[in-house]
Amino acid sequence: MAGKVLTITSGKGGVGKSTTTANLALGLALLGKKVVAIDLDIGLRNLDMILGLENRIVYDVVNVVEKTCKIKQALIKDKRTDNLYLIAAAQTRDKSAVKAEQVIELTDELKKEFDFILLDSPAGIEGGFRNAMLPADEVIIVTTPEISAVRDADRVIGILEANNKKEMNLIINRVNPTLVKKGDMMSKDDVLQVLSIPLIGIVPEDENIVSYTNIGEPSILHPNSQSGRAYKNIVQRILGKDVPFMEIIEKKGFFEKIISFFKE
Amino acid sequence: MLLDFFRRKKKSSAEQAKERLQIILAHERVSNKAPFLDDLRKDLIKVIAKYVEIDPNQIDVKLQKDNAIEILEINIPINK
Repeated sequence: MAGKVLTITSGKGGVGKSTTTANLALGLALLGKKVVAIDLDIGLRNLDMILGLENRIVYDVVNVVEKTCKIKQALIKDKRTDNLYLIAAAQTRDKSAVKAEQVIELTDELKKEFDFILLDSPAGIEGGFRNAMLPADEVIIVTTPEISAVRDADRVIGILEANNKKEMNLIINRVNPTLVKKGDMMSKDDVLQVLSIPLIGIVPEDENIVSYTNIGEPSILHPNSQSGRAYKNIVQRILGKDVPFMEIIEKKGFFEKIISFFKE
Repeated sequence: MLLDFFRRKKKSSAEQAKERLQIILAHERVSNKAPFLDDLRKDLIKVIAKYVEIDPNQIDVKLQKDNAIEILEINIPINK
């Protein structure tokens, strides 16, 4: 069976595309799927560090499409699972170094070997985004509940529709339940009413992500992390399982609990 | 009216965000699908203003979809 190309994109930068890609890639691999994640943010390589694989890069995706190396030589094996490989972005080139047809040729080749090919898209709606979007069988759009992110996500959805990409799913990232409760952050339902594409996951804001990224260990590897659990659920949904959306509730410290007890 | 005024003041920032997005995106979705609409609007204003008095802000140019047919709807109220 041929593999599936899953593109992770957002329009706006900094909403968590690479973190999402890293977590989903690891999650799928840990469940026994053969996965390759490709960083298409040429010139701004990042997925390697989030996965903790930055020291192993010899060849990158530009080398592969320019055929200065074999695909196999650019596949960097993950430390934790034999099922996950990374193809890093080139760091010394720019987005024009790769064309969409070349990425399609590469993904077609990889489909023979892998169950899932995850493409980490750069921000924006220019060439780099097109390179990531055109080969996709399915697209995951990452947004946060902020107006700029949602507006950009809508623009991306419009472009995807115009390119006949109909398999689109939404991840709402960095939901802060305290702010939602106060009415100072759009809720899941607010965002869904604006964007009207199917939801595949809600990820709570998780301050630990910073330290997980610091050490190159995505949150899905941390069983107690809230965001890790959210990513695990998304992985299940990608695999076609019907998993209920988890209730995102405020995490309260002991003293806060006492205070809110008295308030009530 | 007065009640409306007070109610509006009470809207949370999240509600305001949602409403602002719904309004701007309704506009952007159309202009992204038919980028010529803005130019068409400007040309219409220029031509019609030669013959009758109009208020440019009242001109409404819309592209609508009715099943398979796309309809270009133009509304131009004329000032008396």
